[in-house]
Amino acid sequence: MLEESTESEWQSEVKTGTTIIAVEFNGGVVLGSDSRVSAGETVVNRVMNKLSLLHDKIYCALSGSAADAQTIAEMVNYQLDVHSIEIGEDPQVRSAATLVKNISYKYKEELSAHLIVAGWDRRGGGQVFVTLNGLLSRQPFAVGGSGSSYVYGFVDAEYQKGMSKEDCQQFVVNTISLAMSRDGSSGGVAYLVTIDEKGAEEKCILGNELPTFYDQ
Amino acid sequence: MAACMSANRSENAFSANDLVPEWAQEEVSTGTTIMAVEFDGGVVIGADSRTTTGAYIANRVTDKLTPIHDHIFCCRPGSAADTQAVADAVTYQLGFHSIELDEPPLVQTAANLFKQMCYRYREELMAGIIVAGWDKRKGGQVYTVPMGGMIVRQPVSVGGSGSSYIYGFMDSNYKPGMTKEECLHFCTQALTLAMERDGSSGGVARLAAITEDGVERRVVLGNQLPKFSNV
Repeated sequence: MLEESTESEWQSEVKTGTTIIAVEFNGGVVLGSDSRVSAGETVVNRVMNKLSLLHDKIYCALSGSAADAQTIAEMVNYQLDVHSIEIGEDPQVRSAATLVKNISYKYKEELSAHLIVAGWDRRGGGQVFVTLNGLLSRQPFAVGGSGSSYVYGFVDAEYQKGMSKEDCQQFVVNTISLAMSRDGSSGGVAYLVTIDEKGAEEKCILGNELPTFYDQ
Repeated sequence: MAACMSANRSENAFSANDLVPEWAQEEVSTGTTIMAVEFDGGVVIGADSRTTTGAYIANRVTDKLTPIHDHIFCCRPGSAADTQAVADAVTYQLGFHSIELDEPPLVQTAANLFKQMCYRYREELMAGIIVAGWDKRKGGQVYTVPMGGMIVRQPVSVGGSGSSYIYGFMDSNYKPGMTKEECLHFCTQALTLAMERDGSSGGVARLAAITEDGVERRVVLGNQLPKFSNV
């Protein structure tokens, strides 16, 4: 019995099951994610930070295959560094999103990862871009990952235009908490990154500090 | 879920036949969003109104709330044929049982009849049912009988393909001790959100409130559904 389970662990691909979300507010963005990485039924990492830095004020949220997502993020991080040196100033969020999109689209058949790119730049303020399957689209907020299915109704109902920074942070935490309680592939702690003109602020909210809802 | 079953069936000799459109070969499925909520004195049940055969909407004003006794209803997502057959069988059994007892049957009895059938034929059936109603002994009750044939009583339950999208909304917005009007409003909102996101759910929202006094049915048409600020 013991050998059976060890075999299947190594044979399943490592996926970040996941719930990820990014929301724009006037003056910046808030990104959030859970922290569970699973290989089949085993949780191989329960504290992974899925919010990856692409540049000082541009982050991306990873979902799908852990290897694919991390590789894309690293490649774009390098490309953005080169690009920002060439232009002599901080890159635009749209540029970062385009770089992610280019990789996602070109290797569409081989990769299975979805990155949500969000950040702040001088020209456009806070922006959120989705790059699912190689498309590029700007949205006021975006959710992704397996846990996102369970909270589409919640985010549709609760999202309001023109929320403040604190409201956005609370909205993101609530969404992740609800998704984690319904999706088997999401769980652990919640990571939050708030990006505005001044920079990026990372935060980690432990499992027992997350908001609880009815029947929890 | 029905989409998986249909995919297998369309791989036959007829798929090359252009005379018969693809949707006519697909199984009829009530894709669906259904839900039921208990309140003090009764239950509120709701469903969307779309029945699909593949990508074609066979019926856009379906009534998925099926009475199985005066004060007991069931909501039937999944294969239309399977759930209709099971519901008909249970309606017959319950009617007979009620005559023998000489009083209205219990909701728990109805739910258990569904469970027995769904469990015995769990390999052949694709039916997950929500049974809701009112009886004298325990008041309003909601029982869920998912595929496989389990039975559990819950104060609020959602089902069908559209239900995945509203678990978060349900968890955050349900409060125990709501009134009938609050429950109706909660159901309408939840169904609207699911119909927005699920391709297999849509049309109008049908609701029913079951109390000691009987059944009060409501229909909320497409343009009267609540609007949420959206992208």
